[in-house]
Amino acid sequence: MNWLPVIQRFREELRAADAASDAQRRLQLLSLLAAHRLGLVETLQLDRALFKSAGLDIDGFARVRVAVVGSATLDHLAPAIRVAALRHRLLLDVHTGGYGQYRQEILDAGSPLYAFTPQVVVLAVTANDAMGDVPVTATEAEVSAALTHAVDEMRALWRTLRDRLKVTVIQQTLLDRSLPVFGSYDRSVAGTPSHMIRRLNDLLADAARSDGVLLLDIEQHKQRDGIDAWFDVRRWLQAKQEIRPEAAALYGELLVRIIAAQRGMSRKCLVLDLDNTLWGGVIGDDGIDGIILGEGSAQGEAHLALQRYARQLMDRGILLAVCSKNDPAIAEAAFRDHPEMLLRRADFAAFVANWHDKAANLEAIAAQLNIGIDSLVFVDDNPIERARVREALPMVAVPELPDDPAEYATTLAAAGYFEAVSFTSEDRARVELYAKESQRTALLSESKSVADFLRGLDMTVEYGQFGSNDLVRVTQLVNKTNQFNTTTRRYAAEEIAAAASTSAYITLQFRLRDRFGDNGLVSTIIFGPNDEPATYELENWVMSCRVFGRELEFEAMNIAVETALRRNARGFFADYIPTKKNVVIKDLFTSLGFDRVSGGTVTDQPSRWFLDLSRYVPRQTSIARRGAA
Amino acid sequence: MTENDILSDLTIILRDLLGDDSIMLAMDTQREHVPNWDSFNYINFMVAVEQKFRVKFKVSDIETFPNVGAIVRQIAALRPGA
Repeated sequence: MNWLPVIQRFREELRAADAASDAQRRLQLLSLLAAHRLGLVETLQLDRALFKSAGLDIDGFARVRVAVVGSATLDHLAPAIRVAALRHRLLLDVHTGGYGQYRQEILDAGSPLYAFTPQVVVLAVTANDAMGDVPVTATEAEVSAALTHAVDEMRALWRTLRDRLKVTVIQQTLLDRSLPVFGSYDRSVAGTPSHMIRRLNDLLADAARSDGVLLLDIEQHKQRDGIDAWFDVRRWLQAKQEIRPEAAALYGELLVRIIAAQRGMSRKCLVLDLDNTLWGGVIGDDGIDGIILGEGSAQGEAHLALQRYARQLMDRGILLAVCSKNDPAIAEAAFRDHPEMLLRRADFAAFVANWHDKAANLEAIAAQLNIGIDSLVFVDDNPIERARVREALPMVAVPELPDDPAEYATTLAAAGYFEAVSFTSEDRARVELYAKESQRTALLSESKSVADFLRGLDMTVEYGQFGSNDLVRVTQLVNKTNQFNTTTRRYAAEEIAAAASTSAYITLQFRLRDRFGDNGLVSTIIFGPNDEPATYELENWVMSCRVFGRELEFEAMNIAVETALRRNARGFFADYIPTKKNVVIKDLFTSLGFDRVSGGTVTDQPSRWFLDLSRYVPRQTSIARRGAA
Repeated sequence: MTENDILSDLTIILRDLLGDDSIMLAMDTQREHVPNWDSFNYINFMVAVEQKFRVKFKVSDIETFPNVGAIVRQIAALRPGA
């Protein structure tokens, strides 16, 4: 985990953090410690300090209940999982299943697994246990039958879990620690363990994708790190540990990345330094012809590899930005004029080259892109700049870089900042969306008034209840939207699906098109049942920051009221739960004509609201409609 | 590195591991003498010791160490240049 910085005086720092009297401050300090490269003993020490915070609800640290069940010994993974979670600003309650007990634990509704009421269940099954005993002499037909049976059995367990719990299921890929039977010829014999494990992992991945189960792909990591990094046969013989204790920290990190990604906590923007990061040398001193970049020089190719990786991330929807101490004209010219430059000026959603403090520039970049500072990753070769940004903005991810540029791209990739649990058409189109956004901004500056601007956009909202095709995008939007989010309630995919198919709920999704293109599915509302007769509870309302200031919230409420009136409702109840990020909607309910029922008199206090539908006055907007709900 | 040096390093590791600064290992200390030094923590202890001294115990070693002194002597024997 070489992207994490080393820590010099761990014992002293831990003691100081442990002694903090304020629970929130204490947890923040422990979280900062968790963001370092820790050994086995240090991880256990940090976990012990964390125990004092067990059961506390602390602002800024969401709680998640995670059960890991399987066929090997799992207890030793729990501390590393909790410490990894702390690094990601999550507090995990971890339950580990008994050795070899996962089938009984899942099938028996009275087992400790269900008593724990997990929100996430991880199936950490060994290859032997999943496949059963298949002899190496088995025919192709026998092997296929055995693998199909193994997949069916796993799917049945997933289904049992999800029938009984509203739970996210994570299937761990099978760790191939088999020994070669023939050698290179193993691939040509259906019944060899390595051949069967590879096929079963592929089948499990397909089944998981179609069943909405997430994968924890430790086999992928093992293939890169080597079996010895993950498995120590002595620990298996002594304690039936399939993951060796030295690998527990990485295991925890990989698992928590998935849990954090599902909650919308992955990073969104890669901010890059220029000199000695995107190219070798200092362009202000060396000139455009003097920098080291591109084919023909090993170091030049190393910097190019980082550009190529940044470009791949951009293509999957990650925003790129520049933050460099440079003359802006010289820096921009490099992207325009250098023949080997892979990235172009237009690839960067934000481009900041000046002589100011980088922490201040990073704040400006986040503000310009309308994303949180905790969405940024900052890559800089200069250890002083890195230390300065970590100190001033601990929520920015700053990978430690090795001395050799050859390892920049691999280190950034290993850090896994951009973990995803889905890949939607919105992700594919995001880069283009941001480019269109700058065209819209140009229209705004030409328009005489905001009303002119909005009319000039030729907007149409397409709306409806959640359809089965929308569920992935709806889940993603609900869980990663932080600004326009009335309750910041997070939903598992299963809960979204349940709401969509329950008649007591009204679910609404909105897509917004304008003359520059389709903004995609940008807003969702979930109305649930309320104890008051003929009323609905506005459980959650989110809107992408891309479409702020378009009056979509007014048109959405017009549609919501009409839909509810058709169901003979008389009112909406709603909560506004303030967070650090959703102040942008603090006056939302007032502006829509809701009356305050209670709360909200003190800053940061949640407030409760009611809308009497018979008195609702629809707002005129410049948005045409298409759809039905 | 003398046996005493090794012994004091083992004491530090076990203190950190169990969060108990009162632990004081001697050559004749047995696992049952130290509160909370259960089989779970014994494995963690062995892993931490292997990392610290860059040695690798055999499975049979770990099963049969009668006391801390046996661990100390085995580390001394396995260390490069010993």
